[in-house]
Amino acid sequence: MKIGVVTFPGTLDDRDAARAARLAGAEVVSLWHADTNLHKVDAVVLPGGFSYGDYLRCGAIAAQAPVMESIIKAANGGLPVLGICNGFQVLVESHLLPGGLIRNEHQNFICRDQKLRVENVDTAWTNEFELGQEITIPLKNGEGGYIATQETLKQLEGDGLIAFRYLELNPNGSMNDIAGLRNARGNVVGLMPHPEHAVEPGFGPDTATAMRSGVDGLKFFTSVMKALVNA
Amino acid sequence: MTYEVDSTAVAASTPEKKQPWKELGLKKDEYERIVEILGRRPTSAELAMYSVMWSEHCSYKSSKIYLRQFGEKVTDEMKKHLMVGMGENAGVVDIGEGWAVTFKVESHNHPSYIEPFQGAATGVGGIVRDILTMGARPIAVMDQLRFGAVEHPDTARVVHGVVNGIGFYGNCLGLPNIGGETVFDKVYQGNPLVNALSVGAMKHADIKLAKASNPGDLVILFGARTGADGIGGVSVLASETFDADGPSRRPAVQVGDPFAEKVLIECCLELYAADVVAGIQDLGGAGLSCATSELASNGNAGMRVQLKDVLLRDESLTPEEILMSESQERMMAIVPPKKLKAFMAIVDKWEVETSVLGEVIDEPRLYIMWGEDEIVNVPPRTVAHDGPVYERPVKYPKWIDELNANGVIAAGLRRAEVASDLAAELVQVISSPNQASKSWITDQYDHYVGGNTALAMPDDSGMVRVSETSGLGVALATDANGRYGQLDPYAGAQLALAEAYRNVAASGAAPLAVTNCLNFGSPENPEVMWQFKQATAGLADGCLALGIPVTGGNVSFYNQTGDVAIHPTPVVGVLGVIDDVARRVPSGWQDEGNNIYLLGVTRDELDGSVWSEVIHDHLGGKPPVVDLAEEKKLADLLHGATLQGLLASAHDLSEGGLAQTMVESCLRFNVGARIWLGELQERDNLDTTAALFSESTARVLVSVGREDDVKFVGLCEARGVSVLRIGVTDGRGDDALLQVKDLADFSLQDLREPWAATIPDLFG
Repeated sequence: MKIGVVTFPGTLDDRDAARAARLAGAEVVSLWHADTNLHKVDAVVLPGGFSYGDYLRCGAIAAQAPVMESIIKAANGGLPVLGICNGFQVLVESHLLPGGLIRNEHQNFICRDQKLRVENVDTAWTNEFELGQEITIPLKNGEGGYIATQETLKQLEGDGLIAFRYLELNPNGSMNDIAGLRNARGNVVGLMPHPEHAVEPGFGPDTATAMRSGVDGLKFFTSVMKALVNA
Repeated sequence: MTYEVDSTAVAASTPEKKQPWKELGLKKDEYERIVEILGRRPTSAELAMYSVMWSEHCSYKSSKIYLRQFGEKVTDEMKKHLMVGMGENAGVVDIGEGWAVTFKVESHNHPSYIEPFQGAATGVGGIVRDILTMGARPIAVMDQLRFGAVEHPDTARVVHGVVNGIGFYGNCLGLPNIGGETVFDKVYQGNPLVNALSVGAMKHADIKLAKASNPGDLVILFGARTGADGIGGVSVLASETFDADGPSRRPAVQVGDPFAEKVLIECCLELYAADVVAGIQDLGGAGLSCATSELASNGNAGMRVQLKDVLLRDESLTPEEILMSESQERMMAIVPPKKLKAFMAIVDKWEVETSVLGEVIDEPRLYIMWGEDEIVNVPPRTVAHDGPVYERPVKYPKWIDELNANGVIAAGLRRAEVASDLAAELVQVISSPNQASKSWITDQYDHYVGGNTALAMPDDSGMVRVSETSGLGVALATDANGRYGQLDPYAGAQLALAEAYRNVAASGAAPLAVTNCLNFGSPENPEVMWQFKQATAGLADGCLALGIPVTGGNVSFYNQTGDVAIHPTPVVGVLGVIDDVARRVPSGWQDEGNNIYLLGVTRDELDGSVWSEVIHDHLGGKPPVVDLAEEKKLADLLHGATLQGLLASAHDLSEGGLAQTMVESCLRFNVGARIWLGELQERDNLDTTAALFSESTARVLVSVGREDDVKFVGLCEARGVSVLRIGVTDGRGDDALLQVKDLADFSLQDLREPWAATIPDLFG
C-alpha cells in the first residue's frame, strides 16, 4: 500500500508523517506541492507545519496548490486523506471539511500532551479505535480554535461527523470541544493534534507506565492500512 | 536624489576628505592603520566594511588574547573527537558511526532589549544558519534567557516579546526546542540576555567549510532579498551623501521570516546532497562585508563582486548600506561554473531568489564594483582576520574582597529551627520565580517535531536521536549562575561547566565537548576585563581537567544598565553522546518502592545560594567549592550505571539544593517519597538548612529499583563515590506525599500548585 505525504514549502512534520506511515507498514511516496501527479498513491497525508508561511490565512495558499487540485478531486472520489494540524487547516480551506480554524483563545502557541475522545470509528483513519476510546497524542498549534456556524455545528453533531473531541482541557477554545472532523463518506479526516508524534515508544507522550511511551497515534495509520486492504 | 560614488579612484585623489570613522566606532589608530594597509584613505564602502568587521562583535578584539587558551589548554586525547575546531561557524565533533554533530550558542542580547520579539526571533535564525553552514541538518534548539526583576514594570514586555519571538521563529522552522534556562535578576533589567543554541547532525563526508579557494568558481547570493535591516550605525555614511530629506535613519534591529529560513534550510540540504557547492557562508552580523571577506580570506584567494547584482528589497539602498545590511535568511555559496545549472535547478525548485555576484580570483584581493566604479579594493585577510587585537587594562576589583567576606555566616543570616518554618522556606524556595516551573514558557515551544526528541525540559538535559537505525543520540545541557560569577568569576565559570557536565551525565550520556556564550559588561572597564580574564581561565582550566574541549562560542560585551555591568554570566553548554537514546535516564521518580540515593558529599555551602537570595535577599561570600575530579568520577559512575540499566532516575543538585531536586523528582511523574535527612546530617555534619538548601557540587539524586540495589551500591563503592540511601519512593498521584522525616509531609498537590502558579501568575 502506498501512502503519499505532501510537502508544501514550510511543511514541518512531513518526515514524521512518513515515519508513522512506514511504521504502519506502508510504502511512502513524497508528493510535491507543485506537482499534480499523485503517483498512484492509495492514501494521502497532509502533514503539519506552516505551509507557505501561513501568510494570508493558515492553509489558504496551500489549498490553491497544484497538488491540492488532484487531491480534492481524488478525495471526492473516495481516496483516504488525513489532514493533521496545518493539514486540517488546508482541508478546511479546500472545503473538504466545513468550518474554520482561528487563533487560540489564549493567543499563545501551545504544545502539550492532549487527551482526546474518539467520537467516530467509521472512517478510513479511525476504524482501529473503539468508540469512546480515550487517547493521548501531542497537540501543538497557534491557530487551532475550531469555529463554525450554529447550523454547521448542528449538522456535524447530528450526522456524527465529529471524529475527536478534546477531553479534560479544551486547549484552544474550539467550539463543542471539537478536535477533529470526518466527512460524510468517512474517507477524509482532519484534526489539530498530531498522531504522527505518538507512534514510536520513547518519542511519544508520557503514559502512566513509562516516559514517552505513548503510541496512540499509530492506529490512525494502521486504520488506513486496514481500510485499504479491505477495500 | 543622487548618490555620489566614492570610488577607489576618488579616494586616491582626495586624501584630505574628512571621514566619519569616529561615528562608525573606529579609534584614531585603527583608522590610521586602514589608511596604511590601503596606501590611501579608504572609500566610504571600505570604511564601512572595516568599521563593522573590526567591531568588538565581529573581531573579538578585546577577548581574542583570552580565547586562545581554549585552543591551547588541550591534550591530544581531548582533540580526538574534534573534527572542526574554533574559528569556523561552529565546531564539529565526531560522535561515532560516521556521524558528526555541530553545535554552538550565540547571544542576541542588545537587539532583544530594543525589540524583544524580533531580537529573539532573529537570534534563533542566526544560530540555526551557522549550523546549516557547516553542512548539517539542524536538529534542535535551546535558549538561555536572563530577564530583569519580575516586579519591574518593563520585565513583562521583554519576557512576552522574547518568548513569543523564540516560539514564532523556532516553531515555524520545525526544530524541537529541547531545553534552556530562564533566570530573573535585577542586574539584567536594562540588558536582558537572550542566548540561543542550535545543534545539527551530518555524516562525516558532508562537512562544509566557509571558504572560496578555487579561482573561477562563482560567488552566489541566495535567499531573501537585501533590505535596510540592521544597518544602524552605518547610516552616518548615508546621511552625508543623501539630501537632508532623504531616508537618513535606518533600523538597527533585523526582522525575521522563519518561513524563508525553513525553505532555505531544505534548499541548502538539497544543494549539499547534490554536491554543487564548494564553500558556503551564512550572512549574519556584517552581512556581505563579512561573507565576502571571510570566504576569500579562509580560502587564501580573492573575489571580484558586482554589488549592483544584489537583489534588493529597497532600491534606494546605497552600496555602503548593501555591504552592511543584516537582512536575515541569506546565504552565500561558492559554486564551480560547471555545477551552476544543477545549482540553479535546486534553488528554482524551492523558489529561492538567487543572483550570481562574481567570481573567485587567484589574487588575494577583494574587489567590489558598483557598476563601473570600483568601490572596494582590499586584502580580504585584513578585513576578516587581521583586525586589531587589544590587551585591555585589567584591574582587580577591590569591592570583591568585601563581598567575599560577607558570607551567610558573617552576615548572620538566620536559619530556621522549627520544622514548620523550614517547611515554609522549602515552599518559598521552590516557588520563587527562578526555581518555579517554567512550563508556561516551554509549553509555547514545539518539542515534538522531528520525532527524535528523547528528553526535553524539564529533564536535566535535552536529548535527540541522531541515527534512527542505531538509536545513537546526543544530549545537551547549558548552565550559568551569574550570582556565583559575581562572587568569583573563575569559580563561576567552572560551576557552570560542572553543572552542565553533570546534567548531561545524569541523563545517561557521556560528555564530549563544550560551547559557551560569555556575557559580560564593558571591556573598557578594567574590572570587567578582570572578570572576563578570570572566567575564561576558569573555563579553560575546567575543560582541561574534565578532558572535554571547547569547540566554539561567542562573546557578548557591553551588557550593562547605565554604568552598571551585569553579573558575569558565562553560559556553558556541554554536549554528550549516548549510544542508544533508549537508555536515557529521566529526572523524576518513575516507580514506587525504589530506593533513593544521594551521591556525593554535602558541605555547608549557602553563600550565593537560592536560599540566601529568596529567604534573605542576600548575595555575599564565596561560591561552593569546585571539585572537577569528583565531578568526573561521578559522571563516569552515572555513565557506567546507565550502561547497566541501573538508574530509574537521576537528577543533579544545584540551585535550591536537595530541597529543589527532591521536589522536582516527585513532580516529574507525580510519584511521592519518604525521605530521611538524619544520616546525611550526621555523616556530613549539617544542620537541616544546609542539608536542604546547600548547593555543594558533584552531587546527584538517583532512584534505583530494589533488584539493582546491591549492584548499584557496589558500583559506587568500587568507584569511590559517596553514596547514601536517604529515602524510598512511595505513592502515586496528586494525593501522594513527599514525607520528609522530622520536617513535614507535603502533598504533591500542595507542592505543585505554588511551583506551577508562579510564572503564569506573573506573566500569563
